[in-house]
Amino acid sequence: MHYLIHRFFVLLLLLTGLIGAAEAQFRVEISGVGATQVPIAVARFRDEDRTTQILSAIVRADLERAGVFRGIDTTALIDEAGQPQMSEWRSKGADALVGGSVTRLADGRFDVRFKLWDVVKGKDLGGQSNAVAPADLRLAAHHIADFVYEKLTGEKGVFSTRIAYVTRSGTRYALRVADADGEGGQVALNSPEPIISPAWSPNGQELAYVSFEAQKAVVYAQEVASGKRRVIANFRGSNSAPAWSPDGQSLVATLSREGGSQIFVMGRNGENPRRVTSSPSIDTEATFSPDGRTLYFVSDRSGGPQIYRVPVAGGAVERVSFTGDYNISPALSPDGRYMAYISRQSGAFKLYVAELSKGATPQAITDTRDDESPSFAPNGRLIIYATRSGGRDVLMTTTLDGKIKAKLVSTTADVREPMWGPYDR
Amino acid sequence: MKNIKFTAFALVAAAVMAGCASNVPLENKAAPVESRTPATSSSSSGAATNANSGSKVASVDLTKNTANAELARVVYFDYDSFVIKDEFRPVVEAQAKVLSADRTKKLSVEGHTDERGGSEYNLALGQKRAESVTKALKLLGVNDTQVEAVSFGKERPAVQGSDEAAWAKNRRAELTSR
Repeated sequence: MHYLIHRFFVLLLLLTGLIGAAEAQFRVEISGVGATQVPIAVARFRDEDRTTQILSAIVRADLERAGVFRGIDTTALIDEAGQPQMSEWRSKGADALVGGSVTRLADGRFDVRFKLWDVVKGKDLGGQSNAVAPADLRLAAHHIADFVYEKLTGEKGVFSTRIAYVTRSGTRYALRVADADGEGGQVALNSPEPIISPAWSPNGQELAYVSFEAQKAVVYAQEVASGKRRVIANFRGSNSAPAWSPDGQSLVATLSREGGSQIFVMGRNGENPRRVTSSPSIDTEATFSPDGRTLYFVSDRSGGPQIYRVPVAGGAVERVSFTGDYNISPALSPDGRYMAYISRQSGAFKLYVAELSKGATPQAITDTRDDESPSFAPNGRLIIYATRSGGRDVLMTTTLDGKIKAKLVSTTADVREPMWGPYDR
Repeated sequence: MKNIKFTAFALVAAAVMAGCASNVPLENKAAPVESRTPATSSSSSGAATNANSGSKVASVDLTKNTANAELARVVYFDYDSFVIKDEFRPVVEAQAKVLSADRTKKLSVEGHTDERGGSEYNLALGQKRAESVTKALKLLGVNDTQVEAVSFGKERPAVQGSDEAAWAKNRRAELTSR
């Protein structure tokens, strides 16, 4: 029960041959079958082929990547004012239907309209109209997917959120910000030296990261919209692994300024660093729990690296990971229920998801061998991570049960260090 | 005179290193038979000594680690290890000698790992390797202010490749003048 959906490509080819620019942008490959998936038809939007983005294809790709929807193939064109025959769509196997239109306005913007129907109940579930700049057409499509997702699942969608990641092409490194589907990437920082560990501020306006531009690891923060940078930690030795507190008022980072890699909490500008851990071992990769009270981190105090937690205010250190001799890169779900991390098993580095309150042995949820850097989508339903596939570094998203995976970016550059941003636009 | 001084220094250094803290276990074995002096201390270097004759050609043989040889500056490590192996003790000793002779000289010790594992944990592993070397340098008399231990983790491999041969060349500490 494993297949690849290349229907986007087919759909695009069927649609029209005059949108060459748009074709190249769809590289999302989805694999797997979820247990319960709502069959949904996303019809072609009226006049969407007159823009640079095929909105219906973006909406469908978003919904399929989420794991709870299954796209129904269709070449039908339905706009938001249409009166689709529900019996016809029921016979095609669709439980829900989306239609819409794109109209160019006199000021150069596009009026994007859509409507969602519950095919089973024959009911209009509502729609919206948004005037957007041409550069925001992709975002408009993601907002439509968010609307559909929320109407049909009762949970907030994450399709309009952003991700940050690092690309390397030869000796050129770039910190990039892209849509949650990996498309529309823009460079936030170009550097001849490595960049690692991007971390979104909780309001989505800043990225902290580690740059080696000074021939050593230094933590910076950068305003995404303006590009304005500031140094957060540039102490003697290495400065790395930044993570923000949930209120955005402080950061945690690994500093070696006192010898050894140890965890410090500091103000949002790096002021008043306070040492949290005190061990002769490596303590690093700290991340705040969603309530801001606990730090989860990696330490080799027991020999190999394992995951531990400690109160931010200081206190007893408690071990969290027990299976395997190499467990790193903890990430907590927004509700604090799950921890995603990387575990080495028989020489392979695999993404694991553990339910923190339960003693059940966690399971690997990938079939790749070089998984790295997991982080949760802000609704907690998807995890983004880096891995190797086909001899290349790639980014993947997966549902927490590992059943639905999508390969996101596949450009010429290798991609690493993904971090899913918050709800911010 | 200078050589006697250095020999005495090296003996003291070896003794200090042999007895140093357990996390930098350097065994007290005889150093390999080779002596290295910095190419930068040019006034006493072999090639320059007889350069006053018009037809004289001084040969410099880098294969024999003569006085003009580039000072070795890389220490390689075993997998998951921070121990400076015997064969790299002379590298650390020679660098310590240079730094002790000139307190204005500064050195960056960059720790590196092979490609396996996470970037942040590898950064910390590389830091541990770098600090292993700076500790040894300080035990040999180098001032704390002269050396800085930093790490590139797995981000800057010396050689590409995903086999043990490549990994072994990437698990290293590089001693770089600042």
